[in-house]
Amino acid sequence: MSEAAVASVVRHKRANDHPLVQLVLVRFREFLREPEALFWVFVFPILLAAGLGIAFRNRPAEVLKIGAVTPQLADSLRREKLLDVQQFTAREAEEALRTGKVALLALPASSGGVTYRYDDTNPDGRAARLLADAAIQRGAGRMDPVAATDRLMREPGSRYIDFLIPGLLGMNLMGSAIWGMGFAIVDARRKKLMKRLIATPMPRHYYLLSFLLSRLLLLVIEVAVVLGFGVWVFGVPARGSLLDLALLCVLGSMAFSALGLLIASRAQTIEAASGLMNVTMMPMWIVSGVFFSSQRFPDMVQPLIKALPLTAAIDALRMNMLQGGSLAQVAPQMGVLGAWLVLCFMLALKLFRWR
Amino acid sequence: MNFALRVHRLRKTFKDVVAVDCLDLEVRPGECFGLLGPNGAGKTTTIEICEGITSSDSGDVEVLGMRWSEHADLLRQRLGIQLQETQLAEKLTVYETVRLFRSFFRQGPETAEVIALVQLEEKEKSRVGNLSGGQKQRLALACALVGDPELLFLDEPTTGLDPQARRQLWELIDRFKLDGRTILLTTHYMDEAERLCERVAIMDHGKTIALGTPRELIKSIGVEHMLEFSGGGSARALDTSVLCRLEGVRDVQAENGSVRMQVTELHRAVPALLNELGRQGIPLTELRTRSATLEDVFVTLTGRHLRDE
Repeated sequence: MSEAAVASVVRHKRANDHPLVQLVLVRFREFLREPEALFWVFVFPILLAAGLGIAFRNRPAEVLKIGAVTPQLADSLRREKLLDVQQFTAREAEEALRTGKVALLALPASSGGVTYRYDDTNPDGRAARLLADAAIQRGAGRMDPVAATDRLMREPGSRYIDFLIPGLLGMNLMGSAIWGMGFAIVDARRKKLMKRLIATPMPRHYYLLSFLLSRLLLLVIEVAVVLGFGVWVFGVPARGSLLDLALLCVLGSMAFSALGLLIASRAQTIEAASGLMNVTMMPMWIVSGVFFSSQRFPDMVQPLIKALPLTAAIDALRMNMLQGGSLAQVAPQMGVLGAWLVLCFMLALKLFRWR
Repeated sequence: MNFALRVHRLRKTFKDVVAVDCLDLEVRPGECFGLLGPNGAGKTTTIEICEGITSSDSGDVEVLGMRWSEHADLLRQRLGIQLQETQLAEKLTVYETVRLFRSFFRQGPETAEVIALVQLEEKEKSRVGNLSGGQKQRLALACALVGDPELLFLDEPTTGLDPQARRQLWELIDRFKLDGRTILLTTHYMDEAERLCERVAIMDHGKTIALGTPRELIKSIGVEHMLEFSGGGSARALDTSVLCRLEGVRDVQAENGSVRMQVTELHRAVPALLNELGRQGIPLTELRTRSATLEDVFVTLTGRHLRDE
């Protein structure tokens, strides 16, 4: 072959770059070259899980701190192993109770009785009251009419960290999808890069598709990081089928991506977009049960909360991981996610501003 | 005759502002055609309608014998477009950027060839964010050239560049002209239009107010030279009405101490002026003559400067 012929073959071969592949590569490069994004997506959830996991780790057994103001009371209370008893002067005792250093104070009452001072809205206070009273009554010679023995079970799956990891996973799915879509799209629009792209023969749906595809690929890493950390470090159970779990993550991520696309469909500035994103995500962080159960909110608003995509995603993830639920059992949640996906995507396509 | 671009009675309004008002344009194959005018004259709107990224209210646009409504996909493959103030992704390298744009086109030179064409080989691995203004503009040009376009649209290619970077870009554009490409460029620099364009349309308020080669346009105002002088502090006492009557002088304008004269015959006007100044006893502190430019054409036609407002 002549040199020119070789050159033309080479040129022909290189000219076959697929636009979609190039667009996805661009998404990856931009993401990987943004250290902040890497931190929020990969490092932050782990730090959060680690921090909360340690703060709420299950201690051998909860020891409650209480205070007593006389040595006699302190002695009889110390027989209860679940109480950590400190003896105070009357003044120190008040201070300790008020600042929450102790959950309960035992004070001598007239006629040899005892007075408990505690906050009855605090579960620790109520538990301390039961333990302290039992200790004092038994110390004074009370016999229990019914013999009782304890058989303890501590099972992974019912701890706070087990509750938390699926919540964090859901929160991460939402955050990375909405931030990932929103900022990149609005930035490209603001810099008129989007306008420049649509002036080329690039098929427009490739542009949007490149966001979804790169999201799916990053999702694998994100889920693996958070899940791997929870399972490996805290022994969080993954009782359901992993394939089902993967499907739920994909569905959730797509629904949030569609929501992100909708948020970014018209915004012209980063400020406007990030305002919209916060307004969208903040309520869900609170009510959708990331850190505490969404059941704590009044019954009246439960249907509303259940219709939120993050609630659906987290409920489905918990059902799968903690209870080993099948896809059929999370069908309502999948329905909610599917509805958000379709509605947001269609609305976004209708509203989307290319310039 | 075949036209690379034909615009007929084009009209575009934004809310209550008429951006383009009944505009006609014809660009011949192989020529470099300039749309010259001040900011807000409607140049960018016009070029973006021709590029198929802005819709018109009425009128007809025919690009390479095709219309956007019928052959959008085909047209996009054959046009090279550089938009005003596009910021390419800062985190990508020069090579990655050009390769991305190259992937959208069915045919065209290889990525490395295009980069060599705009003389950015040494910057191939640099991030876009680290490039100078001139280098960014050359990269934007590379992105316009990846599809080996027949028709190249350049919207203010040198705005905001330093003189050296402008000259470098002009040399590149010169080279594309040698390849026989058709170029439509907008600019508000008259020297740029004179240097690069075979024909120029001067736009103002969405209309063409003059059309022709730079030489023709300059000739059309009937003045070939400009004579400028100042006479220090005593120039205020100068009686300009006398200057108007001097031989070979068409018009006289006095502007804070300096005087501008439109002159048809330099060899008669200069001695006459010196004579007159001597008679009035006014010392000459500065005297300049130059050929009339497109700027003078614009000033003559509109009474304003290109870069006023």
